[in-house]
Amino acid sequence: MIAAAPIQTSVFETWATIVTVAATAVAGDVLTAGAMRRIGDLDLIRAHSGLGGAIRAVVSSPMFLLGVVSMALSFFSLLFTLSNVEVSLAAPASASLTFLGNAFAARLFLKENVDRRRWLAALFVCAGVFLLSK
Amino acid sequence: MKHTLSPQRYLILLAVMLTASIGDTLLSHGMKQVGPVSVAHLGMLLAAIKNPWVITGILCLLGFFASYLTALSWADLTFVLPATAFGYVVVALLSKFWLHETVSLDRWAGIILIVCGVGFVANGPSLTQHPPLENPADATMSGAQ
Repeated sequence: MIAAAPIQTSVFETWATIVTVAATAVAGDVLTAGAMRRIGDLDLIRAHSGLGGAIRAVVSSPMFLLGVVSMALSFFSLLFTLSNVEVSLAAPASASLTFLGNAFAARLFLKENVDRRRWLAALFVCAGVFLLSK
Repeated sequence: MKHTLSPQRYLILLAVMLTASIGDTLLSHGMKQVGPVSVAHLGMLLAAIKNPWVITGILCLLGFFASYLTALSWADLTFVLPATAFGYVVVALLSKFWLHETVSLDRWAGIILIVCGVGFVANGPSLTQHPPLENPADATMSGAQ
């Protein structure tokens, strides 16, 4: 697996960039999810103040904007990673790590009830994504 | 086992699954027509934005982000994320039955794992209820466990 990386990139560098991609992706997901939880049910907001009102509610949330910045950082660090590490390792490894990281972060920061069923789902999806992108 | 989402909300989750994978596929098809874009020739991106496949792809991905955010406003992140992963399965199945590409044994195993993972979560409650009435509107709307 590690041998898939080009020779000039050390194992540490390879995994540091992959972990950076996953960590910024998790930050983006958790921040946007946290923002949506604070804003409340979008269906209700839309029924009350229309689509424009719902869009305004989302775009004016600093937490949401921070989430979008994290997602952008994740995108650019993925581009950087892909220039150093082979796509067959970088893409599935970062996607799988993101799924696991999200389960941990959702429990820690969003206080979601990540029960056994959701842990199993995170593990299955993580392994599934890895196999699918091989 | 308690289903806590209305049919309309399942439709939003279906939109999350489909728009992401279809949008990515459309973008990739369009960008193959446009050709490689280098940092030195960013003007090529303007040509890309005029490509109908790229335009439809971007519209699909905008639809994805809107439905993803809507889903996150009434369901947990750990409930919505497996749904996004199901998009990978849709792409694999489309490539098999529509584009007639061969799907390797590894990929079939991956598809089965993701389907099982999504199944585990879909049967559970969609939203964590916290003891104090943090958001009373949510509790009445979704009636989650």
